[in-house]
Amino acid sequence: MIAVWCPDWPVTAARLEAGLPAETPIAVVTANHVAACSHAARTAGVRRGLRRREAQSRCPELAVLARNESGEARMFEPVVAALEAIAPGVEITRPGLAAIGARGPTRYFGGETGVLHALSRAVAGLAALAGADLLIGVADGAFAAEQAARRGLIVDADRSPAFLAELPIETLDPSGESPLIDLLRRLGVRTLGAFAALPPRDVLARFGPAGAWAHRQAGGRDDRPVSARRPPVEFAVTLDLEPAVDRVDTVAFSARGVAEQFVLDLAAHGLACTCLELQAASENGEETVRRWRHTGVLSTVDVLDRVRWQLEGWLCGSGRPTGGVARLRLVPIETVPTGAHQRALWGGSGAEDDRAHRALARVQTLLGHGSVLMPVLDGGRDPRQRTSLVPWGDEPVPIRSPEQPWPGQLPAPAPSVLLDPPRPAQVLDDAGRAVVVTERGSVPHPPARFALGDERPVAVSSWAGPWPVDERWWHADSARHVVRCQLVDVRGRAYLVTCTLPEGRWLVEAIYD
Amino acid sequence: MLDVAIRRPDGSTAVDLGRRGAPPLPVAPALAPILPDGLRRGATISVSGSVSLLLALLGTASADGAWCALVGFPRISAEAAREYGIELSRLALVHAPGTGWTTAVGALLDAVDVVAARPPHGRDALPAGDVRRLAARARSRDAVLVPYLRSSTSADSWPGADIRLTARDGHWSGIGDGTGRLRARRVDVRAEGRGQAARPRSASLWLPAAGGGVDVVAVVAVVHAIQVVGAAPAAPVVELAG
Repeated sequence: MIAVWCPDWPVTAARLEAGLPAETPIAVVTANHVAACSHAARTAGVRRGLRRREAQSRCPELAVLARNESGEARMFEPVVAALEAIAPGVEITRPGLAAIGARGPTRYFGGETGVLHALSRAVAGLAALAGADLLIGVADGAFAAEQAARRGLIVDADRSPAFLAELPIETLDPSGESPLIDLLRRLGVRTLGAFAALPPRDVLARFGPAGAWAHRQAGGRDDRPVSARRPPVEFAVTLDLEPAVDRVDTVAFSARGVAEQFVLDLAAHGLACTCLELQAASENGEETVRRWRHTGVLSTVDVLDRVRWQLEGWLCGSGRPTGGVARLRLVPIETVPTGAHQRALWGGSGAEDDRAHRALARVQTLLGHGSVLMPVLDGGRDPRQRTSLVPWGDEPVPIRSPEQPWPGQLPAPAPSVLLDPPRPAQVLDDAGRAVVVTERGSVPHPPARFALGDERPVAVSSWAGPWPVDERWWHADSARHVVRCQLVDVRGRAYLVTCTLPEGRWLVEAIYD
Repeated sequence: MLDVAIRRPDGSTAVDLGRRGAPPLPVAPALAPILPDGLRRGATISVSGSVSLLLALLGTASADGAWCALVGFPRISAEAAREYGIELSRLALVHAPGTGWTTAVGALLDAVDVVAARPPHGRDALPAGDVRRLAARARSRDAVLVPYLRSSTSADSWPGADIRLTARDGHWSGIGDGTGRLRARRVDVRAEGRGQAARPRSASLWLPAAGGGVDVVAVVAVVHAIQVVGAAPAAPVVELAG
């Protein structure tokens, strides 16, 4: 993208309006605090955020002008028009900063140099901007292009992340009011490169969507093309004014309702607008179309500000329409998801996990603490021991280490359904007697019929075993001496059965369902 | 349907959220022949005949980041779940007897991607209204509801399921008459349904496969008949099927 930046634009606009010479120290104030100051004032010690009195005491010859945002927008209009002559689709971030996509004009003018020459010629010819500075920067993303313009640099393709990496973290929000920047600084993250090097998942989990967006900007990955995917037209809202209105504040007042509807419609679909196209038509059919990009997401107030700025430039500029404004249309050009299915955009799963945790906690309150369980892979020789359940929310720590080799455990595949407690079984031989396991662990009469509980025994089609397990024989309470068998009945169902020794009681431990 | 995508400057798609309905959840490659579209969000897919089939159905989606819940099941083996690829930290087992069943499944459908539930039967059987409401909830929340049915008979069914998966004719291999051990089971899985799934599909699967998991049964040419003509050393006529 090619960005055009006018340094201290509020000052320049106010100075041009007041008709002061370029070298006068000037401060633009809002609410009795300095909002912007000229270079001459800055060298005299005036800073942003100073009280008016203090600024005047530091620089006695300071010209103090009130801030006039609509004036800024109006004065910037010729620059936008000059940019528009080079390439359509100018995106205005705010008065004083605009950008155009580099690809189209580069092809048309045969290289970036050609575009820059054409751009300089177009801007230099603007009579209205006598004495104003104007810097041009080229880089990959919108954020990188802005930073390049602030330094008057041309960043080669694919070099944007490297260019951004060197910049201090405060670049993300120069006003210094962002809690994110403050926090990052205290965490020891001092450059954009250091921030960009953090894993995106963790950034999303810790700082939320706003942090994740800042993270993308810091990494130079906000490379949305100028004409990105258009959201469907049904999100566009239209305001018809009857009769036509020729005052900016009246239009802005009437537009409040549609601006709110515009933001809420998108929000209801989990979207937020980052770039907006404002179309206005006069009663005689003249039109103005501008694109406004916002570094964050556009709120209702932001939308109304842009309506005001654009109409100010149009109704009071040179290309003034012959009639009042009859129609206003807001079209979202780019949107980012804010709610559902955000995972796909940011690559993390924080929101999804949060929702699941909340739902499970809700079920837990409905049905009781022990009703929602989480399975944990545990250590042990028995399939039953190898699965333990902990209530949802408790630390899922295995009782025994599942990583140990556990000699004597059954090889995969594991039975899918465990019976806890094990259910008694009938394992019968040919003659209908319970199968006996000898002390040496052999089966003189192999199993021929099998039943779970009191069901009618069915024939056994195949079986394997017996495999003796003699665990913890040194400890009277936890000692366990059994033989295991696997049985498949004629219906194709497979069971894991054990016979306790020396009692000879058959139990079904698990089902291979 | 909402259509949102973010593209790179070169025109390729960086993020395509496609429809609001989000992309379907993936299934194991072995299940692809019977579920070519994966687990479509909002669908109701009933499973009967095998718990292993249910676990195999959830496995790939869970490994891919989806949350799963099993409602009203007896104890499921964590080991078996892991063999099918289920991520245990994203699996919840809910014990919900009686009337709590519908409430629990409804609440879970709000936020969990796949909810597998064994409906109560007998006296506590679900009224038809609840069945419809749960299916509608799954649809509106982009979740997948997987009712697990004990058998595929009409007495135990889930009316209105989009796809019905049935496992039958299990045949274990690796085990003999007092020898070997259970290694793998060959199962015929059949998918029927309505809409796109109206044409029944079936596949022969190893479920579980040797070493756990699910795998397709490699198609082996069955030699129908070998006919040796005369005494001449002619090549045998081999007819292949399958």
